[in-house]
Amino acid sequence: MAEAIVFWTLAVLILGLGVMVISARSAVHSVLFLVVNFLLVAVLYVTLNAEFVAVIQVLVYAGGIVVLYLFVVMLVNLKKAPERYADPRRIAWTGTLLAGAVLAEVIAIVYASVSSDEAGAAGGGFGADTPFAECGAGPLVSCNTEQLGWVLYTSYLIPFELASMLLLVAMVGAIVLAKRHL
Amino acid sequence: MLEITPLHYSLLSAALFMIGVIGVLVRRNVIIIFMSIELILNAVNINLIALSDRLQDLAGQVFVVFVIAVAAAEAAVGLGIIIAFYRNKETVNIDEIQIMRW
Repeated sequence: MAEAIVFWTLAVLILGLGVMVISARSAVHSVLFLVVNFLLVAVLYVTLNAEFVAVIQVLVYAGGIVVLYLFVVMLVNLKKAPERYADPRRIAWTGTLLAGAVLAEVIAIVYASVSSDEAGAAGGGFGADTPFAECGAGPLVSCNTEQLGWVLYTSYLIPFELASMLLLVAMVGAIVLAKRHL
Repeated sequence: MLEITPLHYSLLSAALFMIGVIGVLVRRNVIIIFMSIELILNAVNINLIALSDRLQDLAGQVFVVFVIAVAAAEAAVGLGIIIAFYRNKETVNIDEIQIMRW
């Protein structure tokens, strides 16, 4: 019961704020709605027993990426609103129509995968490839963090290092793009 | 209605994904289009976390960590492109961004 109340409240707020993000007139308002949206998604992660990812969500998304967006909105000082000029060949309602088609497709996939999930569960089900490891009795360390660190540094070590290289390349690329003279 | 299954999380994820897709297709401000892409990535993350909890498999959470890393890289490079473009064309309206050379 409590889980249902939390889920429905969070779902309504997340979807409502998502709509606000894409419908707000001013880009600054969009960014601010986006922060709240990210924080609510982090709360959803906590209810799903993913505390470490929730913390990362708050730190990286709500803390880092959103500040980046705010800086760009500040740097790109718009004298005329960017929405004013519309290409006469643009047909806006096709976008909504296509998005509806995407939603129908995704929901069809969800229902198909749920029915195949039940069939698979009847026939033995999934075995977890990376099951939750035992966690020690450290008083300050979250069990979820310990488990995730264990998996990240054993099974997923090479992807982890590749991600660090990707971030390095992105950092260099962003500096090269945004710098006026090299 | 009162019992929350992974299906509920998947449908929430699909709805948030669709909101992001509408934002990408309908809005003309490039910055808001980038924010819609972040919404799409968040929708995918909700799905991964919910199924990770359901299947008791940590791979989903590891994937979310990677998705967040890629999203950070994408935001940095994309916003760098927006700054560079704004410096040249004085606009972030996607209808005025028609040429890939200038």
